[in-house]
Amino acid sequence: MKWFWYASPQTFYPLAGRIARWSALGAAVLAVCGLYIGFFVAPTDAQQGEAYRIIFIHVPAAWMSMFIYVVMAVWSALCLALNTRLSGMMAAALAPTGALFTFIALWTGSLWGKPTWGTYWVWDARLTSELILLFLYLGFIALRASIDDPRRADRAAAVLAVVGVVNVPIIYYSVQWWNTLHQGASVSLTRAPSMAATMLTGMLVMALAFWLYAIAVSMVRVRCIIRERGE
Amino acid sequence: MSDFWAMGGYAWYVWGSYGVTTLVLVLEVIALRRRAREAKT
Amino acid sequence: MKPRHKRLAAIAFGLAALGIATALVLSAFEKNLVFFFTPTQVVANEAPQGRTFRIGGMVQTGSVKREGIEVRFVVTDTAKSIPVVYSGALPDLFREGKGVVAQGQLGADGVFRAREVLAKHDENYMPPEAAHAVEKAQKTLQLK
Repeated sequence: MKWFWYASPQTFYPLAGRIARWSALGAAVLAVCGLYIGFFVAPTDAQQGEAYRIIFIHVPAAWMSMFIYVVMAVWSALCLALNTRLSGMMAAALAPTGALFTFIALWTGSLWGKPTWGTYWVWDARLTSELILLFLYLGFIALRASIDDPRRADRAAAVLAVVGVVNVPIIYYSVQWWNTLHQGASVSLTRAPSMAATMLTGMLVMALAFWLYAIAVSMVRVRCIIRERGE
Repeated sequence: MSDFWAMGGYAWYVWGSYGVTTLVLVLEVIALRRRAREAKT
Repeated sequence: MKPRHKRLAAIAFGLAALGIATALVLSAFEKNLVFFFTPTQVVANEAPQGRTFRIGGMVQTGSVKREGIEVRFVVTDTAKSIPVVYSGALPDLFREGKGVVAQGQLGADGVFRAREVLAKHDENYMPPEAAHAVEKAQKTLQLK
């Protein structure tokens, strides 16, 4: 019953504030730890030298860009199925942060590609599908902004978010399905990671930091939305 | 210390990545704070 | 700006973003899903004839020869191999025995004239000492 109680924006408001504070604190602490491990504990890479250190933000940002989209699509599906007010607001609160992480993944990937592959950008399946993800986020935000009635905006944008979710598995599996310049995954659920332990630790700590950052920011944003809509 | 900043010759790529990431996240926090202040009034 | 104009602008922007996304998807699916062809595909004439395309594979060990500004090497997928000639700067990770993707045209003499050479590295990350150990282990394995 507690879940339904929190599903109303008024009761969720103070809870969101508390979650935001603790997540922000956790994100800051973990980011410091992650950067310390990434720059001072993790060794130089045999192939790429110091350039590989971009991995500590590139991979976590790319994970977040896909994960936030899936969460946004789930809230959107709830919005369409149950027509609860909070779900549309949550989807709206996640979109800008998801777009930012997508941008960061593309930007850092580009700066990593130049010294290692020899180019800032290629139109391979992985890079192209990640760029499409950025356009999906921007389309979602623009569509919401174009409709004045917030409830109608929620539902219209939710349709876009739910349809667009097919792009996420395409991004993830693109390196297996097609010939790409982008290498395969170093970390997956099905086999042992192909990275030295300290490198992996640094990357996972940074991923956790980004995760908590995204929670904190989206909680503050959903509070803004609740207030702006006069709930 | 200068060795650290040089990043083995990859300074532009590494610091360009970290710099823009930090900038983007800081800008998001600033924009959100402003929005929260406006929403409260 | 009037709210109505603002809304129209936003709709126009949304449609433009969606249009660009669709165009990207279509062009990506049309030609770029086949980002590169393997030497086996090239030998089997599956690659476009007389047009620019990419070949991908491994740089054959011991095949890299520098003649002035020209670099010659062989791209192999262990089954078939294609000789490549290229003049220009090579990426840092271009190494013998490592992955490579070259863009260019296949000459009538069977030599691939590359205009751009990109390195395709693997997903393994390890410190240099570990890499040396792996290399040594592989060499002793080969000797046996």
